Amino acid sequence: MAGQIRGLFQASPLTLTLNVLAIGLFALIAVPLLDWAVISAVWQADDMTGCPPGEGACWAFIGAKLRLILFGRFPYDEQWRAAIATAVMIGLVVVSLNPRFWRPWLGPVWIGGLAVYALLMWGGIFGLSFIESSYWGGLPLTVLLTVVGTFFGLVVAVPVALARYSGYPVHRWAATLYVELIRGVPLISVLFMASVLLPIFLPDGFTPSGLGRVMAGIVLFFAAYMAEVLRGGLQSIPAGQIEAARALGISYPVLIGKIVLPQAFEAVLPAMVNLFIGALKGTSLVVIVAMMDLLGAAQASMADPNWIGFYVEAYAFAALIYVMMCGSISWYGRRVEKTLSRARAK
Amino acid sequence: MEARAEEGARHPTPRQNPSKNPQRNPHLAPGSFSARIRQTVKARGFFSQVIFIVIVAALAVVVWQTASDNLSRLAVKSGYSFLLDAAPFELGDTIIPYRAGDSYLRAFAVGIANTVKVAVLGIVLSTVLGLFIALGQLSSSPALSRLCRGYVEIVRNVPLLLQLIFWHTFLTKSLPSVRQAFSPIDGIFLTNRGLYLPFPEPDPSHQWIGLAALLGIALAVAVVKLDRRALLREGRTRPTFRRAAAVLVAPPILVFLAFGAPMAWDVPALKGFNFRGGMDISPEFAAMLLGLTIYTAAFNAEIFRAGIQSVPKGQSEAGLALGLSKGQVMRMIVLPLALRIIIPPMANSYLNLTKESSLAVAIGYPEVVRVANITLAETSQAIECITIIMGIYLTLSLLTAAFLNWVNARAALVER
Repeated sequence: MAGQIRGLFQASPLTLTLNVLAIGLFALIAVPLLDWAVISAVWQADDMTGCPPGEGACWAFIGAKLRLILFGRFPYDEQWRAAIATAVMIGLVVVSLNPRFWRPWLGPVWIGGLAVYALLMWGGIFGLSFIESSYWGGLPLTVLLTVVGTFFGLVVAVPVALARYSGYPVHRWAATLYVELIRGVPLISVLFMASVLLPIFLPDGFTPSGLGRVMAGIVLFFAAYMAEVLRGGLQSIPAGQIEAARALGISYPVLIGKIVLPQAFEAVLPAMVNLFIGALKGTSLVVIVAMMDLLGAAQASMADPNWIGFYVEAYAFAALIYVMMCGSISWYGRRVEKTLSRARAK
Repeated sequence: MEARAEEGARHPTPRQNPSKNPQRNPHLAPGSFSARIRQTVKARGFFSQVIFIVIVAALAVVVWQTASDNLSRLAVKSGYSFLLDAAPFELGDTIIPYRAGDSYLRAFAVGIANTVKVAVLGIVLSTVLGLFIALGQLSSSPALSRLCRGYVEIVRNVPLLLQLIFWHTFLTKSLPSVRQAFSPIDGIFLTNRGLYLPFPEPDPSHQWIGLAALLGIALAVAVVKLDRRALLREGRTRPTFRRAAAVLVAPPILVFLAFGAPMAWDVPALKGFNFRGGMDISPEFAAMLLGLTIYTAAFNAEIFRAGIQSVPKGQSEAGLALGLSKGQVMRMIVLPLALRIIIPPMANSYLNLTKESSLAVAIGYPEVVRVANITLAETSQAIECITIIMGIYLTLSLLTAAFLNWVNARAALVER
């Protein structure tokens, strides 16, 4: 540590100046921030009178609104259900990310986990009250939309990428049209399309709920980006491998499933991880089509007349949760990349 | 295919093994049998394509039928003729003159102009900020590089929409009201209704100054080209930057002085409930520009960093050995080489920024999506409004892509 600090000042004049400037700038930001967030912050208060304006952060506000920010409009007494369900889903994702658990039982575990999830969130049996999906909100909604968006996005993206890669012109053109069309328009327009146009295009009684429509929009949007990334991976596979597989008499499904796709996914892993982070951040757009995810719930927390003017605290808290979630995805991505490059070097 | 199969039949190689399950290996089976199999494979491809077309067409017909049923039930008149009707709403920022009562078409034109305005400014500012952050990350100073790294890691992990809403709330809630406007310099007023700046009074000299500025740009381009030719032909370096800057600014300044330096400013002043005169920047636009710039700069910094790091170390070492300064090495050797790596992802980043400007709908900056959204609420022409949004963004994306392809083709390595 001491050596490092000495190193900061034993360098060329330019480096020294830059060091001093950077440390100065950092202090200029960090000192008032620390003062606001910790030293003069108010941790406990009953309402806004306990937090005088112009002083430090009012974390008492977050304390009072914590359940609203985390769970949105989910009925207060049932919020434990949403908490357990989300913990189950996060647990499933974490387990699936570890190659040690890539065993045949993982599929049934997912199906079981999702059944538990649906049971807890919807209820309606076993004495649990029924909760309509329009009441789902806050962090559980953000997690649900991200997991559904990335999982079904990949499910759609694989055939689309294979169609673009195939020799059949009709399939190739259709896939290209879909991918380029979606990539040319903003996510919000796809969400508008899903929430406004689906009820017009589908017959009466077939229209999914608001949550279902938003999910369809998110899946449709991110699948196009994933298909494009995956196409890059498919193109990176040498033609010789496919010829060799054909020469060995390997059928098309086995060729794609066991030779082409694993290598393609490996090649595009960093870009895919970035897309997952993009999907997580993208779910915040559902606020615009009147769903209450983490960001929406943070906004809703400011509506209380007993707590007025604490928007910085609310947004900072929501931002912190987003940073932690995105940060852990990118940490995972870096770890996998490191493992892969070590395996390649062998 | 034909040639390869026949050749295979004439020269049996280890790859040929017709006795072992030829059906699983149609391309390599010999003779007429292979031809038949190939026919089947082709036919299967043909049928799967035909079936695909039939399914898509059937779906399209069903969707079309339901949509027209639903629309006639809702009594919505379809078609784009509503664009010529009078729009009953006001819009905040208008570059093109517009007020309530003008046509929807004009409202959409205002929206497009606002999208282009915020996207162009955002692209320029986020590129400049991104370059500085990338250089900071790569600098020899560990403190600076960590500071810049921290910026990138935090900013790009927070959703843009959250940042935009935060800036908008900050600018409209935390700044003083019009009556207690914050005025750091006389004539500049910072309020929760926007930023008010003095603006030069219209003067006949302005158009001549504008023409002189164009002349200055032409002269500067000519100087850069001449100097480059001199460098290539004679190997002599000239202080190009200083010379170009001089011919760039000289003509407008001279014209300005020749007109007797007209210095009348239209200073904003408090009249009634708001400031009048001068130039005003709305909190919506300021929040959009701040948010888009700060967010996209983090991504652009990563693109610059990857591009600069891709230039082999030997290049900059050779430059230093030739006696160039560090700045010269960066400007004349590393950046031009890195540009070839940087341009394609940067094009993507610019397109993303343009599309992400659509988030303005959440804070009320009247760009395309916002205008379409209000129009949808007024007219319930859902299909038309959403196709208009998509059409405009597709066009903008294609235009930007075409322009950047042209730039990329010019910057690409010319191989001998």
